[in-house]
Amino acid sequence: MAAYLVRRLGQAVFVLLLVSFLVFMGVYAIGDPVQMLVPPDATAAEVERARVALGLDRPILVQYWLYLTGLFQGDLGTSFVYNQPTIDLVLQRLPATVELGLAAFVMSLIIGLPLGLVAGYRAGSVADDGIMNGSIFAYSLPNFWQGLLLILLFAVQLRWFPSGGRGETGTFLGIETSLVTASGWSHIFLPALNLALFNAAMVIRLTRAQVQAAMNSEYVRYARAKGVPEGRILMRHAFRNVLIPLVTVLGLELGNLLAYGIITETVFNWPGMGQLLINSINVVDRPVIVGYLLIVVAMFVVINLLVDVTYTLLDPRIRLGGKPA
Amino acid sequence: MRNAILSLRRAPFALFCLALFLLIVVAALLAPWIAPQDPYDNAVVDFFDSNLPPGSPAGMGGLTYWLGTDALGRDLWSAILYGLRITLTVAATASVLALVIGVLAGLVSAYAGGWVDAVIMRLVDILLGFPTILVALTIMALAGAGTGNLILALVVAQWPYYARTARSAALVEIGQDYIEAARCLELPHWRIILHHLLPNSISPIMVVLTLQLAHAVAIEASLSFLGLGTSIERPSLGLLIANGSREILSGHTWALIYPGLALAMLIFTVNVFGDRIRRALNPQEA
Repeated sequence: MAAYLVRRLGQAVFVLLLVSFLVFMGVYAIGDPVQMLVPPDATAAEVERARVALGLDRPILVQYWLYLTGLFQGDLGTSFVYNQPTIDLVLQRLPATVELGLAAFVMSLIIGLPLGLVAGYRAGSVADDGIMNGSIFAYSLPNFWQGLLLILLFAVQLRWFPSGGRGETGTFLGIETSLVTASGWSHIFLPALNLALFNAAMVIRLTRAQVQAAMNSEYVRYARAKGVPEGRILMRHAFRNVLIPLVTVLGLELGNLLAYGIITETVFNWPGMGQLLINSINVVDRPVIVGYLLIVVAMFVVINLLVDVTYTLLDPRIRLGGKPA
Repeated sequence: MRNAILSLRRAPFALFCLALFLLIVVAALLAPWIAPQDPYDNAVVDFFDSNLPPGSPAGMGGLTYWLGTDALGRDLWSAILYGLRITLTVAATASVLALVIGVLAGLVSAYAGGWVDAVIMRLVDILLGFPTILVALTIMALAGAGTGNLILALVVAQWPYYARTARSAALVEIGQDYIEAARCLELPHWRIILHHLLPNSISPIMVVLTLQLAHAVAIEASLSFLGLGTSIERPSLGLLIANGSREILSGHTWALIYPGLALAMLIFTVNVFGDRIRRALNPQEA
């Protein structure tokens, strides 16, 4: 186990270095940020002064090295546009993204688990067909269009919910969150639903497959022969099997929440990290783009690692062996 | 693979979706002939007809805007047909390129084994560790908007799926006697890979192709919506939706709804069809 962990950590550091290098070089290729930051009527001397002030006159490898050494001290550079440290900008917006992701995660389970249970228990029935085609449909509706339709229906036509923004936040355990105010709840409902539907489709499919496999298994036949009531079989025998693969899906879900959150945040004008990325791309705010991508890659590396480790703890049959799981 | 196609006969809904998908493709191909208006020709598009609701007659006469017009006065039905062309071109080109690169990488990986296998598969693992949309978005953030970059982003994001599938399908075949026989005959490696391994590994790859094609359409649309996709002069469906979404508060819903319906229909039909083939090929999952 220890050797495995060390190898995985080494791999994680390698991925981070590789991504930081590629992203840094890539961002350097998209254009000269100085031209966007100085007034259009700036003289050549002023442009040069700005360039030196921002450290953009050094060779690119030197810039990368300085960036990398800064990185190990928790310094992700300073935004050209906001004139604030990147790490602060991202961290300021982290709570909004996390609370949206959390709400969407819970919602996807509330929607996905019961439907998957029914579809798997009654595999082949009309209900199963309906649920499965419905889940393909939900999965097929492009996320951003779905969000726009939600706004159109519930915000513009029915006026039940606001169309965007985060609403009032309150403080809970020292964290700013909108989950403690009524206005916050009404603001988070639509974006969370939008983000949840995609993952709910995944939860449905997984739950169905597991429950169906379990219902055909020897141990369920045995339990039936013993006379265990159907409801108990479903919950205690079949449903439990869903929990292990659910951990993997949890990892995938968190990944999707982060990635698709970028789109949902843009659609609903939600002031999270994803919206920061899109805004920064539009104004070529190089340090923020690189910093955001690095933080997200780091999050993914950690999530994937945790999922793999949890998986091996939950199911002792999975031997790590010589190969990374 | 033939069995999978035959099993479609017993799935009328999947068959219906396949027909609908083909109809959409044909409509996109024939767009210049069946669209009432060339939406890119400023001589034809009448700016005074902007934001007209569905069914309005054109101000200059001779034309009815059955699905309404967008903010620039373009006939929405024509813009959708032309947008479909762009969406399908980008998604199909990217999918084919990703398939060729991914399948070759996967087959070589399985056939060569050793460090070649290790290097290719580690790369695949790393890429698969991130959602496709994030990989594509990162590349678009670095490379900038444009059709070429969009295809590049989709290929980079999607080839690992083909590589993984091709490799696992090929590994099963490599243990078989006929590959051993081909090796004993000292056939060239490329010949064994292309003539022996590839044809026998093709069916799971086809499943990945259909599902990834749908995915490519969705990602293209999402990136275009974020302003990181196709050019503004020739909008794909995603960009049409983005333009339509600016009218959301003024009650001009058609410019948002109809392009989205076309997009959803395209993705849904491919997904249903692909899902059916996947289930037919893995009966234990059905």
